[in-house]
Amino acid sequence: MHSTAHSFKDNAKAAVADPQLKRALGHVKSGFIGKRAKAAARLPEFEALRDAARDIKTHTLEHLDLYLERYEENVQAAGGQVHWCASADDARAAVLDICQRVGAKTVTKGKSMISEEIALNDHLEANGITPVETDLGEYIIQLRHEPPSHIIAPAVHLTKDLIEADFRAEHTQFPAERQLSEPRQLVDEARQVLREGFLKADVGITGANFLVAETGSSVIVTNEGNGDLTQVLPKVHIVVASLEKVVPTLEDLSTILRVLARSATGQEFSTYTTVSTGPKRPGDLDGPEEYHVVLLDNGRSQMLAGELREVLRCIRCGACMNHCPVYHAIGGHAYGWVYPGPIGSVLTPALIGVEEAGNLPNASTFCGRCESVCPMRIPLPKLMRHWREREFERNLSPAAVRYGLAAWAFLARRPALYHWLIGLEMRVLGAIGRRKGRFARLPFAGGWTRHRDFPAPQGKTFQALWAERQAGRGR
Amino acid sequence: MSGREAILGAVRRSLKRQPEDAAARAAVEARLGARQRGPIPARAQLEPGAQVDLFQTMAEEHAATLTRVARAEDVPGAIAEYLSGHNLPQRLRAAPDPALENLPWDRHPLLNVAHGRASASDEVSLSGAFAAVAETGTLMLLSGERAPTTLNFLPDTHIVMLKTSQVVGSYEDAWARVRAEFGNGKLPRTANFITGPSRTADIEQTIQLGAHGPRRLHIVLLDDGPGGNGPGNAG
Repeated sequence: MHSTAHSFKDNAKAAVADPQLKRALGHVKSGFIGKRAKAAARLPEFEALRDAARDIKTHTLEHLDLYLERYEENVQAAGGQVHWCASADDARAAVLDICQRVGAKTVTKGKSMISEEIALNDHLEANGITPVETDLGEYIIQLRHEPPSHIIAPAVHLTKDLIEADFRAEHTQFPAERQLSEPRQLVDEARQVLREGFLKADVGITGANFLVAETGSSVIVTNEGNGDLTQVLPKVHIVVASLEKVVPTLEDLSTILRVLARSATGQEFSTYTTVSTGPKRPGDLDGPEEYHVVLLDNGRSQMLAGELREVLRCIRCGACMNHCPVYHAIGGHAYGWVYPGPIGSVLTPALIGVEEAGNLPNASTFCGRCESVCPMRIPLPKLMRHWREREFERNLSPAAVRYGLAAWAFLARRPALYHWLIGLEMRVLGAIGRRKGRFARLPFAGGWTRHRDFPAPQGKTFQALWAERQAGRGR
Repeated sequence: MSGREAILGAVRRSLKRQPEDAAARAAVEARLGARQRGPIPARAQLEPGAQVDLFQTMAEEHAATLTRVARAEDVPGAIAEYLSGHNLPQRLRAAPDPALENLPWDRHPLLNVAHGRASASDEVSLSGAFAAVAETGTLMLLSGERAPTTLNFLPDTHIVMLKTSQVVGSYEDAWARVRAEFGNGKLPRTANFITGPSRTADIEQTIQLGAHGPRRLHIVLLDDGPGGNGPGNAG
C-alpha cells in the first residue's frame, strides 16, 4: 500500500474538518468501549488471562525460529506447503505464482491485514486476476477504492447513506426503486451479490489470526462466515500470514482466544473460529485440493532484536484504536498506511521507516488508555517514546522542536537561570494579562491559542510557592 | 540463499542464537509436550448438568435456538416442527453420517432428507457436533467424510444435533477429546467453533444476523446422559 504517513499533519487536519467522518467515528466511541468493559467485567479471570496471553507470546517470540520450523514440518505433514517470503514483493510473487499455475481468474478474499500490507489486490489486478473482498466492510471499501480505516472494522469511517449510494452505483442489476436505506437491506444485498463470487472463485485467500506449531494449523476468527466460504469452496486455499502469528499449542491458542474477541468487539467469543490443517483429506466431500501458507517477514525478524519485539505480541484486536482519543478525532485514514491508531504508530515506523512515518508516534497525548486495554499488555506509550527518540537522533524532528528542546535543555541544566527567567516571564505575562485574565494570542504559542485562550499567570511560580512553604515549615 | 534460510537466519541473529542451541530446543520440546493449560474460567468447571445448562444459556444469548429431546427417535420430529414453525421448506441436506442417516426419518414422510455436501440451492442443513463448549455456548464441528464443512456455512438455516454427553466446559476440554480421537498433534482438515448464527456490525456498528453464513442456527440437544470433562467420554 502506498503510504501518506509523511503528510500525517495535513491528513489529520482534513479529517477533523470532515463532518461526515465525525458522525461515523461516533460509532467507534459509543460501540466498542462499553462492550469491551462489560465483557471483561463478566469474566473474573480476564486479567489473569491477559498475563497468560502475554507470557505465551513472549515465550514464543524468544524461540520463534524453532516454533516456525516445527510449524512448517506439521504443515507439510498435513499435505500443505509454506512459502517463506522475506519481503512484500516476494509474498506478492508467491501468491500470483500459485494463482497463475492453477489458471485462476477470480479469487475470493477473507479479511487480511497482511494482504493490505503487501498490496496484494493491486498486484493481482495488474496481472489480470480479479480479487473479490468478501468481508462486508472490506467489500464496501473495495467498491470505493479505499484502504481500510480500522483493523477489524474496515468501513467504520462510513455512514450508511454513503454505502447506500455506492451500492446503487455499483449494483445496477437491481431495480433502481428498491429500498436500501437500512443496514439490514444493505447486508442482504451484499450477501446476494457476494454469493455468486464465492461460487465462481478459483482460489480463496484468507489471513490468519494464529498459526499453531503443534498441529501446523492456521486459525481465522470471524463473525460473518465469509472467511469460511472463501476457504472451503475454491480448489486452492492460500493463507497469507506474518511470522509472529505462531503460537505453540492448542491450549495456548485457547488462552489467547479468550482475550481476543472480548478485547476487540466485546463478544464472549466470535461467531466462527476455524482451525484449518492442510488440504482436503481422502474421503472428504469438500474443501480445497491445495493448501498454501505465504509466510511473510517484511522486517519483523529485525524487530525481534530490540525493544520493538514487544510489538510482535499484537493480536490485532483493535482495542488500542477503539480507546484512543486521537483515533476518535481523526479516524484511521489520516495515519496514512495499513495500521492506524496506537499500534500503527509503533508498527508503521518499523515497517516502512521512521523517515516516512515519524509523525505517527507524535500523535499521542500519552493518556495511556491503549496500554491499559491491550490484551497482550504491549507498552504502547513507551514504544512511541522509543520512536520519538529515534526521530530526534536522526535529525528528523522539525527545526522548531529541535531548537526549542535545545533551548529548554540549556536552561534546565542551569536551575538558577531557569527560575529567574520563568519567574520573570510569569510576572510579565501576569502584568500584561491582568485585566482579561487570559490571552487570545501569544508569541510562540499559536498552536495553543488558535483553539483556546491561554490563561494569564496569577501570583508566584510553583517553585517560589514551594520554597516559601518549605521555609514556613522550617520555622 | 532461500527465503526460508534467510528468514530463519535473520530471526536467529536478532535472538542472538545459534541454530543448535540445545537448551532452547529442549524448552520448545517441553512446551509442546506439556500442553500446559492457561487459566481456565471457573464457569468452565461446573458439574456436568450445570455445564449443559450454561451451554444452553450462552448459545441462546448468542442468538442460537435450542430444543431438548429425550430420545434419538424424537430428533426428526423436533426438526420438522422447527421448520414448520419458521415457515421453512421441509427439505434438509444432512451430513452423510450414520448417526443422522439412521434416525427414523420415515415417520415424517413430508420431510425430505438428502445426504451429502451442501450446494448453493440447499436452504436447510443438518450436521452432527463433535463437542460443545459450555463457557461461551460454542459448538465444535470437525470435517471428515461424514461431515462436509459446506453444510455449516452455505445454507440459510443450519441445524446441529448435539448430545449432552458431548458438552464440555472449556475449549481445552474439547481439544482433549479431539486428541483422544485423532492422536496428539493431529487434526482433521477443519475444526469449526461456531457460536450463534453469522453476523456483521460493519455498517454503523449495528449488529445484523446472516451476513454470509447461516441466518439461523438451531441446536437439537439430545439427552444421552451426563457429559464430563475427561477425554475418554467422547459421546
